[in-house]
Amino acid sequence: MAILEINGLGISFGGLRAVNDVSFSVKPGEIVSVIGPNGAGKTTLFNMISGVYLPSDGEVKLNGENVTAKAPHLLAEKGLTRTFQNLQIFQEMTVLENVLAGFHLSVRPSILSDLLSLPGAKRRSAEAREKAMAFLEKVRLANAAEEEAGNLSYGALKRLEIARALAVGPKVLLLDEPAAGCNAVETEEIDELIAELAQSGIAILLVEHDMKMVMRISNHIVVLDHGEKIAEGTPEAVSKNPDVIAAYLGAEEEPAHADG
Amino acid sequence: MSANSKWVQLAVLAGIMLVLPVFFPSGYYYRVGALVYVNALSVIGLVILIGYAGQISLGHAGFAGIGAYACALAPVHLGIHPALAVLLGAVISGVLAILIGRPILRLKGYYLAVATLGFGILVSMVLSNERGLTGGPDGMAVPDLGLRQVLRGMGLKLSGGEFWYIANALVLLVAIWIALNLFHSATGRAMRALHGSETAARTVGIDVARYKLQAFVISAVYASVAGSLLALQNGFITPDVAGFMHSVEMVTMAVLGGVGSVLGATLGAAILTLLPQVLTVLADYEQLVLGLIMILVMIFLPLGLLPSIAARIRWRGV
Repeated sequence: MAILEINGLGISFGGLRAVNDVSFSVKPGEIVSVIGPNGAGKTTLFNMISGVYLPSDGEVKLNGENVTAKAPHLLAEKGLTRTFQNLQIFQEMTVLENVLAGFHLSVRPSILSDLLSLPGAKRRSAEAREKAMAFLEKVRLANAAEEEAGNLSYGALKRLEIARALAVGPKVLLLDEPAAGCNAVETEEIDELIAELAQSGIAILLVEHDMKMVMRISNHIVVLDHGEKIAEGTPEAVSKNPDVIAAYLGAEEEPAHADG
Repeated sequence: MSANSKWVQLAVLAGIMLVLPVFFPSGYYYRVGALVYVNALSVIGLVILIGYAGQISLGHAGFAGIGAYACALAPVHLGIHPALAVLLGAVISGVLAILIGRPILRLKGYYLAVATLGFGILVSMVLSNERGLTGGPDGMAVPDLGLRQVLRGMGLKLSGGEFWYIANALVLLVAIWIALNLFHSATGRAMRALHGSETAARTVGIDVARYKLQAFVISAVYASVAGSLLALQNGFITPDVAGFMHSVEMVTMAVLGGVGSVLGATLGAAILTLLPQVLTVLADYEQLVLGLIMILVMIFLPLGLLPSIAARIRWRGV
């Protein structure tokens, strides 16, 4: 039984059809990757699934419930969260506070007890702090916990984003190029982390340019080109698909342009 | 760690408040000190709005005006005690902040600045024009709080200046305690998170509109209480308290001291309250020097005085 179902999702920006009639699904514990040449509509697809963009048509189902175009904070409540291709870190907060912010939903803050620092609020914060440290251990950032997040290296911030997303307690996790800009060692670490998360039962939807990584860890691959799904299947099947090869070779002849 | 630094900050500030009067050459300085604390109170409200949640307001003097006139009007027309009038003003300001905050906090950056500016001007115009009720631009008298007489009855004789110095210092300490609690709480983290990235804040489940509104309402209540205290200690109030210049002054104090820092904001309020008193020797050039100081601080210490100095000596947690 799929936890995330995408049915006929599409969006137009003015006259431009950025994504058209894309359907696929993700099961708990599964890693599904969306690949495609630059500008194929991968990030746009992510933005629709995570409630940032309003789809023109189609639907997104989470656990069987239609959640199309629900606000991102409501999707988080239902167990769907994401990371970003261009980092979205709370720069002026400490590393620990970034992850603590991820516990917002489980802490359920009450304004009055927070203003007066009542024991209940303190206790909930302390509990979250312990769990947050555990997540920081997992992404090997525990020793940087009290540092201002803005001072961290790019690779470390990528891991911090994942830790923060885990704090939400997601059932579905969307990772938008988690290894972009990371060196080989960092990529391998992220790679292992993602596999571990999937093993714990989280459904993972991944956009990634590192083909080696995608082929290695994905259970299922969806290929987009010009906003359309041109193929899907296991890594082997997709890598041998003539349409996919053509799309990638064709794309290489075009001048490089910004990723969509 | 955070809890300790909170109490250290409060203790340091309380110590300064306690020692300062030793250096006062005359009773007049108690009045100046009381004014510093009242200004710091409204500025700390702005630290929560601007420094924590990253939202701007150029109309917060409007809330100060509501607090001030609540203390002037409610005892006369509703027959309630001035102390209750402070509470009434705070409630009215809070409710008003919810009503206007909902629509205008959807705006960002300078659009929000202009919308809040409009609100402030609206309040000061109402106060100026409702002559029958408020006495118009000439202002009106504010009833005495009466607490000083009670203390005298108990054998504690305080001058007006001394009384307000103590009263405002106590209120300010409580206000700072609350602001520091908020900073280290889940609610405060949600506000600071949306300041850092609204997009990311949403993905972790933070209802951005809700926390912007909470920050706006809290800061409105701070401004309102500050306006009430100002009215009560002066015994007289004019619509200037709600005027645009007062709003700008509040934001300037916050930015000068360091808008992310509660103690910095207190320092900013102290400097901008005291500087005009000191600069009176320069007579005509007072405004010029004041402007120059502010320009220099913004160029060389863009984070504000206290955070910049703290960063320079690597002293964290201010």
